[in-house]
Amino acid sequence: MHSYDYWLIIAFFAVVLVPAPFLGRFYYKVMEGQRTWLTPVFGPVERVCYRVAGVDAQQEQSWQKYMLALLAFNLAGFLLLFSILLFQDYLPLNPQQLPGQEWTQAFNTAVSFMTNTNWQSYSGEATLSYLSQMAGLTVQNFVSAATGLAVLVALCRGIGRKSASTLGNFWVDMTRATLYGLLPLCLLLALFLVWQGVPQTFAHYVDALTLQGVDQVIPLGPAASQIAIKQLGTNGGGFFGVNSAHPFEDPTAWANLFEVAAIIMIPVALVFTFGHYVKDLRQSRAILGCMFALFLIGGSVSLWSEYQPNPTLSNPAVEQTAPLEGKEARFGTTGTVLWSVTTTAASNGSVNGMQDSLSPLSGMVALVNMMVGEVIFGGVGAGMYGMLLNVLIAVFLAGLMIGRTPEYLGKKLQAREVQLLVVTLLVMPVGVLVLGAIAASVPATAATITNPGPHGFSQLLYAYTSASANNGSAFAGLGANTPFHNLMLGLGMLIGRFGYILPVLALAGSLAMKKSAPIGQNSFPTHGPLFVTLLTVTILLVGGLTFLPTLALGPIAEHLSMGF
Amino acid sequence: MNMPVNNAAPLKTQESAKTAISALWRPALVQAFVKLDPRQLKRSPVMLVVELTAILTTVLCLVPDSSVPTFVAVQIALWLWFTVLFANFAEALAEGRGKARADSLKAGSEGLSARRQEADGSFKVVPATSLRKGDVVRVAAGEMIPGDGEVIEGIAAVNEAAITGESAPVIRESGGDRSAVTGNTRLVSDWLVIRITANPGESTLDRMIALVEGAKRQKTPNEVALDILLIGLTLIFLLVVVTLQPFAHFANGSLPLVFLVALLVTLIPTTIGGLLSAIGIAGMDRLVRLNVIAKSGRAVEAAGDVHVLLLDKTGTITFGNRRCAGIYAAPGVNGKELAEGALLASLADDTAEGKSIVEYLRALHPYTEPSVQELTGVPFSAETRLSGVDYQGRVYRKGAVDSLLAFIGQKRQDLLPALSREIDKIAQSGGTPLLVCADGKLLGAIHLKDVVKPGIRERFAELRKLGIRTVMVTGDNPLTAAAIAAEAGVDDVLAEATPEKKLARIRHEQNDGRLVAMCGDGANDAPALAQADVGMAMNDGTQAAREAANMVDLDSDPTKLLDVVQIGKELLVTRGALTTFSIANDVAKYFAILPALFASIYPQLGVLNVMHLSSPQSAILSAIVFNALIIVVLIPLALRGVRVQAASAAALLRRNLLIYGVGGLLVPFAGIKAIDMLLTALHLV
Repeated sequence: MHSYDYWLIIAFFAVVLVPAPFLGRFYYKVMEGQRTWLTPVFGPVERVCYRVAGVDAQQEQSWQKYMLALLAFNLAGFLLLFSILLFQDYLPLNPQQLPGQEWTQAFNTAVSFMTNTNWQSYSGEATLSYLSQMAGLTVQNFVSAATGLAVLVALCRGIGRKSASTLGNFWVDMTRATLYGLLPLCLLLALFLVWQGVPQTFAHYVDALTLQGVDQVIPLGPAASQIAIKQLGTNGGGFFGVNSAHPFEDPTAWANLFEVAAIIMIPVALVFTFGHYVKDLRQSRAILGCMFALFLIGGSVSLWSEYQPNPTLSNPAVEQTAPLEGKEARFGTTGTVLWSVTTTAASNGSVNGMQDSLSPLSGMVALVNMMVGEVIFGGVGAGMYGMLLNVLIAVFLAGLMIGRTPEYLGKKLQAREVQLLVVTLLVMPVGVLVLGAIAASVPATAATITNPGPHGFSQLLYAYTSASANNGSAFAGLGANTPFHNLMLGLGMLIGRFGYILPVLALAGSLAMKKSAPIGQNSFPTHGPLFVTLLTVTILLVGGLTFLPTLALGPIAEHLSMGF
Repeated sequence: MNMPVNNAAPLKTQESAKTAISALWRPALVQAFVKLDPRQLKRSPVMLVVELTAILTTVLCLVPDSSVPTFVAVQIALWLWFTVLFANFAEALAEGRGKARADSLKAGSEGLSARRQEADGSFKVVPATSLRKGDVVRVAAGEMIPGDGEVIEGIAAVNEAAITGESAPVIRESGGDRSAVTGNTRLVSDWLVIRITANPGESTLDRMIALVEGAKRQKTPNEVALDILLIGLTLIFLLVVVTLQPFAHFANGSLPLVFLVALLVTLIPTTIGGLLSAIGIAGMDRLVRLNVIAKSGRAVEAAGDVHVLLLDKTGTITFGNRRCAGIYAAPGVNGKELAEGALLASLADDTAEGKSIVEYLRALHPYTEPSVQELTGVPFSAETRLSGVDYQGRVYRKGAVDSLLAFIGQKRQDLLPALSREIDKIAQSGGTPLLVCADGKLLGAIHLKDVVKPGIRERFAELRKLGIRTVMVTGDNPLTAAAIAAEAGVDDVLAEATPEKKLARIRHEQNDGRLVAMCGDGANDAPALAQADVGMAMNDGTQAAREAANMVDLDSDPTKLLDVVQIGKELLVTRGALTTFSIANDVAKYFAILPALFASIYPQLGVLNVMHLSSPQSAILSAIVFNALIIVVLIPLALRGVRVQAASAAALLRRNLLIYGVGGLLVPFAGIKAIDMLLTALHLV
């Protein structure tokens, strides 16, 4: 590693961590309707939204109503996007005259963007009109992230409130999350990216004659606005097929730094938001400690393994540094690995290199990051509520050992809570293992895999893990654009999204209704190094025990077969 | 915190002989097989899964498989059966202890009959089992009381040894605070008319039996929650194992079914799943042996959760009676004169307070006492509120300050300042001042004092470390109360307590989210007992209190509330510790089984065989054997319970995580390796 590699890592942590406490507090104030410096600007817009939609902002909802509103909104979003994708050739802003998507692919894409996954079985510049990109995908990029944020604040309220029957108003939470939470930051980032050279235009693709004398079509489009939200909203769906490995998506070193930092900027801030909701920032620090511990473990393994020479090339005549195949050559190994670890730790899924070319261990880190349920920062809102589920599981497992009914922040965890937690524990095994096993059993799958042996299995495993974890990055190699995979992966994304959201909202409702015991010396300590260790081990243990056999057949077998 | 389980009564010794493990393992062994019945096993879903896999493996033994020698498959099947049997054995053993006691109780109640009052007022002999709530029965000396009830007429001595183990008879009478009787106890004198208050199956005896019998036992809330988690984990591991075969096919390999079954059983939480009900039964049994009857396991768990203990001062914190702690002569009276006067004034006083004065003075000033015949005792009367003696024509009296002053015709202001100061000092220190006079002459003051039970202060300190606050409840004035509270080391005081104040205090604590435990006996305690999260009634209290409470202490010792808290905590800690241990075990099992399982597909995974187990078959068999044997090894811990030290939650967590978490990670590595070496040495693989 060179000195600029270290500088990149330091700058990355600085950009992520320095604003986080302030941003976290800002999100708390915004979501609770308190006055901020943005209120004069967005307040009138917010009020107009409510008036037009006929929403009474003071009217709070029970968890059931909140959930129904969320489901209705998501269903509407899905239908709208599905129709746009199917019929884009009849709609405006289609200068390339691109045809509508095939229905299974449209289903897959619509589900993918509604669930904040942004798995793409298509190449944006080759299949989608500007309208599909902007009014279809970008809108979902915003509202799917806002949905995650809304679910998180509902859970925060559930934990923070005492003997309450309501969790807030979904419509209000969505409006505030989008208006105050996402728009301003996206505007800033988009402007910054335009400055750095990302295109933002409705113009026709450019035909150019290259130096070799070959004709080349250079795709353009309103990219900056979509890239900003794709990074900040942990969406990850690139404007161009190769995502941020495309120089128009990620033109400069500065753009690269801010894009990779933007992936986890909001998720990290939301950890602090939780602390404000429960009036105890020690909890935030403990959870952040655990997230960073997991991030650093994964990051170190990944970096170390990428800098190992490839033993299969152990010819003294070949001088090996880090293998560069599939890396973003402009940013080097560290730049690519940092992005790969960050994008899988958060459920972003954008890439600036080829995940498929990662070393087996690096690939396994990416897989594990997703398999633990996208809780290492994770998606906007989704990461934090997923992490809170792990906190509750850790508290329940170890909590009995202090001789009391397990409690988190004064709320007792009883049969109902455990039931809901168990449902969420089943999401990843069902999505990855069951759907993966079905896919593996279909003869057609083996035919579409590019690599034989353990790497081929990793490719399949990665696709189903990415879908179920709502990540969206791909190992490639698996020919995913078949009706079978389009539908199965779509199902995986739905399970991965709503398999969490529905139990989480029920959990929030159940916790809100409980009394809260005062926290004292005999309460289970959920801050401090002991709990951070416990939480980290619990996450690795639960994820590890579930996925170790499958990982053994994929990346572990591949790593060992390379002769390391 | 140590739990004194001291039952001096002779009856108890026989009981413990019957409940010793040595006498129980044989019937438990039989029960272990009886419990293989799936209908019984469905209460423990994890074990049901193990039994199903055992059946499946047994069938698979008959199907020849080239990759697994039949010899190994048979052994795997056998050990799977052992796993279920060991878990059943643990449960049977736990049940056996309670059952031995329940059986002896049941034996006494069989064939009992009762004289029931009919509508016309006549009495008719009916079987005790036909009695219903509200029936009225008459019981005469020598007969057994046919059911729980309330005395509505008569007074009699009752021997409750069958229930409490205390052989000295107790008095039961209508009205007042000693009106409740327990079924299956014997009347030793007189007669009683009793209104039955429990239907068959709801009596104290029935509850005792139900608590310790596994099949009828209701699962406690935490147990239910834990059960759900265990089922969830079982389901996850089922998915893991079931999907492994298609993945293996994808890699052009195939996994032997027997090995997959073995993997499943080692992964699912069999250790805690097998011991869960034994832990619960053993916990209830500890409570029963403490002579406390809980109406449900829920209350026992709640006891582990309490934040606040409301403790009556009298009987719990202090001995029931005040004792003499000193005397103070009035100015101009010498000490000997006062001592003689006070002694004489107390000689005829039969109350504990009077006796304590006599004892104190005898030790202070040896003096030739007159015999009782020479004295004319004047007992305490509500009118004069004085007591004493007339001796050789002299009048000795003692009594409360105002009463005695009135007797000698003086006013409070008339008191000499030195004596007045002394009296105030006594009152301020929490004591009760008495005055003594002889022939109208004021001799001095006696200091009566509440004596705090020895060791109670340390007990409270331990509770405080566990984060439990103690509140002393007393009818005393705030000043007196504060002094005793300081001496006993309680955290808070509820002085001049009335039942309403007590109830309000409980509600207040509960509104703040705290759980409250209390004990009581009087009828006016009933609302507070019902409101408290854990209410323990005294057996010699009123029926109203016994019904309102969710626990009854048969020995009527309020201090036992502290032991109940301890048992509640132990119950939870034991479950948590074994759950953690069980899950942590899985890591080592993966390292044993995965390389063995995938040996034929990816031999390079042999690197994961960190224990260097001798062969794939041996690795899988060792994991299965360890999985079964660990249940047996942990039976004593499950029955005894994990001790709960007085320490903060963080300290408890650190300690238990280290022992059961880290221990759970490491122990199976050593255990599986040892079993592997043994199996190889014995040529069993």
